[in-house]
Amino acid sequence: MNILKTYKIYIGGQFPRTESGRTYVVKNSSGDPIANVCQSSKKDIRNAVQAARKAFGTWSERSAFNRGQILYRMAEMLDGRKAQFIEELMQQGSSADAAAQEIERSIDRIVYYAGWCDKYQQLLSAVNPVNSSHFNFSVSESTGVVGIVADEASSLIGIISQLMPVIAGGNTAVLIASESLPLCSISFAEVLETSDLPAGVVNILTGSADEMLPTLAEHMDVNALFLSNASKEMVKSTQLAAVDNLKRVLVLNEDWTDESAQGIRFISCFQEIKTTWHPIEQIGGATSTY
Amino acid sequence: MTAQNTPYSTIPTSPTIDKVGVEERVARFQTRSIKGPAKMQGLSMVLSMIDLTTLEGKDTPNKVRQMCYKAQHLHDVQEGLPTVAAVCVYPSMVAVAREALKDSSIKIASVSTAFPSGQAPFEVKKMDTQFAIESGADEIDMVISRGKFFAGEHNFVFDEIAAVKEICGSKRLKVILETGELASLDQVRRASDIAIHAGADFIKTSTGKIQPAATMQVTYTMLMAIRDHFDRTGKMVGMKPAGGISTSKLALHNLVMVKEILGDAWLSNEWFRFGASSLANDVLMQYMKQVTGKYQSVDYFTID
Repeated sequence: MNILKTYKIYIGGQFPRTESGRTYVVKNSSGDPIANVCQSSKKDIRNAVQAARKAFGTWSERSAFNRGQILYRMAEMLDGRKAQFIEELMQQGSSADAAAQEIERSIDRIVYYAGWCDKYQQLLSAVNPVNSSHFNFSVSESTGVVGIVADEASSLIGIISQLMPVIAGGNTAVLIASESLPLCSISFAEVLETSDLPAGVVNILTGSADEMLPTLAEHMDVNALFLSNASKEMVKSTQLAAVDNLKRVLVLNEDWTDESAQGIRFISCFQEIKTTWHPIEQIGGATSTY
Repeated sequence: MTAQNTPYSTIPTSPTIDKVGVEERVARFQTRSIKGPAKMQGLSMVLSMIDLTTLEGKDTPNKVRQMCYKAQHLHDVQEGLPTVAAVCVYPSMVAVAREALKDSSIKIASVSTAFPSGQAPFEVKKMDTQFAIESGADEIDMVISRGKFFAGEHNFVFDEIAAVKEICGSKRLKVILETGELASLDQVRRASDIAIHAGADFIKTSTGKIQPAATMQVTYTMLMAIRDHFDRTGKMVGMKPAGGISTSKLALHNLVMVKEILGDAWLSNEWFRFGASSLANDVLMQYMKQVTGKYQSVDYFTID
């Protein structure tokens, strides 16, 4: 007998059902049901943001090296579960070749960002020349809680591509999965759960972005939003809702399957630059003092 | 005086507590869903019942001044919010709080009798209380001698409370039972009866230094002691759960419980208080969520 899996959501390192108790049925291209998925609600957003905020302190303060280790671990865990992801991608309409290619690229991309974890700081930071007796330097700091709306057209590579630069940079995330292609998002949460990632660093909800995004966008405890290939209307309403606490809203129209759709530029979008003026003694000295 | 004719011997014996029954009753209070205008009213009431508390070894005069400012200006962005009922500090900080609060209607509560352990000579405890009152305290939060209580010297506990009440005079006395150390609900009930009969104006669950603190089971047991006393004598005694109540939801559930056990007469800060240090901000955030429709961030509220 074929049993349809009920995909639950991922909040604070747990897999609860949605607070609302609602589900929806995901169908394949020929109209056959393939899974039951949670139709998450505003209160799930609330709970997820709370979990992400709680996790932010410890995650952003972890050593960069340790964050990198955890991302590598994620890649290993995903590699061990390739077959499941290929099956899910094919259920959702991918060809066998495309599915195999997507999972390989996803693993590569995680490894790529794992490598960046303890390196981007050097590139984003600087010692600045100033015309006074100060040692002046700029360093990058994580932005905070980032709300991500996954690319609607991508089940796996899109999520990886949006999520990895955010958490590699020490942020925590609340991700709304693709409504029509949600299967891999929750299976990926199962990968995260076995990767030593602290609870709450990544929270994944399934359901309608139209329903949940306004709550996320106006939430005062969310610091930035990341949309991908979103409609004009969604972008506009999100930007308006984000005004109150001056959230950064990043909207990108990338093809995440492309090999070049990765880089430090995605990490730097969710970093704040802090500049410090440190007084030094040598007044009027001619030589460099640091 | 023999044990037969002391004031202590006049305390009626209470029936033993049915722990399972208490748990079931308490669970039912927690299923109530309070929404809309009722929630707003409840949250506002919770704010007005808070004893904003700082009881740490590292308390400084400026920490106390800052807390007194917060007590008067909970969230100035929003009009129509009440102030808290009182601030609660150590005796050495009462004078600082008095100066900071000036003629505000916010009361100053001082812990005393060698808070939190209560392990000091009787004379020292009396001086402690005297000092707090002379420094300007409006209310005294004393701890009972749990050591004596467990040694079976209930008589001593009773006399000590009565003596402190005598020093307090018209100032209101809250008696802290430290229920986290009392081990069973029967002991909580016995300690409540002793405190009430010895002259407590309020009975209070905990110091906040011991876990568990103000569980709903314990608060329920103490509320029942208050009700039985009221039914018998017609005299009201106040209740103050303290420690561990840090969310709006739990505070609202406590109010539901007070209303159903004691009735509307107790739903004011004259007769019911919350001892808390971090509850106020959670209530304010819930309140502002109701006003704006947006989930709030602690970044936009003053530090408590």
